Amino acid sequence: MSATTLPAPLRDPAPSLGRLTQVELRKTVDTRAGRWMLAVIALLTVGVTVVFVLAAESEERNFTQLFQVLQVPTGVLLPVLGILLVTSEWSQRTALTTFTLVPVRERVIAAKTLAVVVLAFAAVVLTLLFAALGTIGFGSDGSWEFGLDPLAEIVVMQLAGMLGGLAFGLAFQTSAPAIVLYFVLPTVFGVLGEIIPGADDVMRWIDIGQSTLPLGEGETTGKEWARFGTSVAVWVALPALVGLWRLRRTEIK
Amino acid sequence: MIAVEHITKRYGSQTAVDDVSFVCEPGTVTGFLGPNGAGKSTTLRMICGLTTPTAGSATVFGVPYRSLPNPGRHVGVLLDASAMHAGRTGRETLTIAALTLGVGTDRVPALLERVGLERSAWRKRVGQYSLGMRQRLGIAQALLTDPRMLVLDEPANGLDPEGIHWMRGLLRDFADRGGTVLLSSHLLREVEAVADQLVVIGNGKIVAQGSKAELLAGTGIYVRALDDAALGRALGAAGLESRPGPDGGRLVDADAEAVGRAAAQAGVVLLELRPADGAGLEELFLKLTASEPVLEEAA
Repeated sequence: MSATTLPAPLRDPAPSLGRLTQVELRKTVDTRAGRWMLAVIALLTVGVTVVFVLAAESEERNFTQLFQVLQVPTGVLLPVLGILLVTSEWSQRTALTTFTLVPVRERVIAAKTLAVVVLAFAAVVLTLLFAALGTIGFGSDGSWEFGLDPLAEIVVMQLAGMLGGLAFGLAFQTSAPAIVLYFVLPTVFGVLGEIIPGADDVMRWIDIGQSTLPLGEGETTGKEWARFGTSVAVWVALPALVGLWRLRRTEIK
Repeated sequence: MIAVEHITKRYGSQTAVDDVSFVCEPGTVTGFLGPNGAGKSTTLRMICGLTTPTAGSATVFGVPYRSLPNPGRHVGVLLDASAMHAGRTGRETLTIAALTLGVGTDRVPALLERVGLERSAWRKRVGQYSLGMRQRLGIAQALLTDPRMLVLDEPANGLDPEGIHWMRGLLRDFADRGGTVLLSSHLLREVEAVADQLVVIGNGKIVAQGSKAELLAGTGIYVRALDDAALGRALGAAGLESRPGPDGGRLVDADAEAVGRAAAQAGVVLLELRPADGAGLEELFLKLTASEPVLEEAA
């Protein structure tokens, strides 16, 4: 039924996607668990920066190297944040309120997706900031050399990781299996590719661990992008579709 | 107005809600009564668009709930007070809802006060709240937008007697100002005091429905004597059929005078003689609870 067929008093507009995104972002920081998660990400970033500045070999003492290294802790933890953003609605049963207030369920997921995009960008900005601080810490032998290509690739990589987390959360609706399988399944596929004869060629197009490796240097080839694309389709788009299908069908309890 | 029309929900071979129809009019409180597992929560979820009915339909203000762009503005819903994020403070829980609905968060403190949550509790995490406090917080959330309709599932659960009294006053007042209230309960007494209309459900089917006055009328006389056995014999001798009441005493389908005379004739000392109001309904209710396997409420 379209809004125009509703009686006038009932026609007031649905909450905008921007507002819902703000709400979702707020949900990531307004609980102790959420704040801990973000604090751990920040602390790890600080820690890695300090260790790198103190221990890096002279040829690694440059902005780009440190920036790339800083993607490791965020790359592992941001997907978990994405997973929890969805699964907490079920584990804490807040889905009952969320989907009562916003009955078009896809809108909630759209808002969560936008929130994840904002968080991924924020994480990249945070690592840029610490890479800069670290480069200052390198002192005279530090190099500021940096290109836009590696930056763009890192953004794409972090976005894919976090959206993958969101998709897994949506597909499983439960934290533990979503988190475990998010990390275990791609590894299992990687191992399968190695032990099954002839599977290696196929796995290069599916194994997201392998297809992500070239990213971040700013020198990814067209074929490598294609492999990354197909593996993202398998590990991000597919679980997202399963999750959306499930969300449409299931009853919220 | 809430209109539920021939709504049915099946899970595989099990029918949780079976062809249920009722209407809740503005200005009235409708009590939705039934033992645990009778299908109350499933029906309320179907009204709020969280569960898709197998057959039939439910509408609020004449349209399906899910077709409202911003339903929270018009319908205050509390389906389960324990379904709140344990790590969020009470105040934050309400703030999140206010932001989602697009009403000012400056209303939040006033509402927390209105539902009787003490200031010291506002900053506490909901995980530390008692069920009664969560019910109050849930009511605050339902009232956030000054809605014209309330849908509440077991709102009195966990409330202390003072809280139940407060809730009755609140719902009565809400309806008296023209609002529509639908509340469920598994306790007859809880609903009886505030509802105008009653819908009784058992095993997914409606077993009784109507205004409270209708349902409570014609349930005869409740009479209790010093010696109930002697009373039973006296009534029998006077040609009045009687059956045991829920808490001792006898229930009689006759008028008070006939019962009194029968007792006086036999010299039985009476302790109580009054209209049985609700006893009939309570009997029905007890029968429902006792004779059917109590399935875990799908909540």
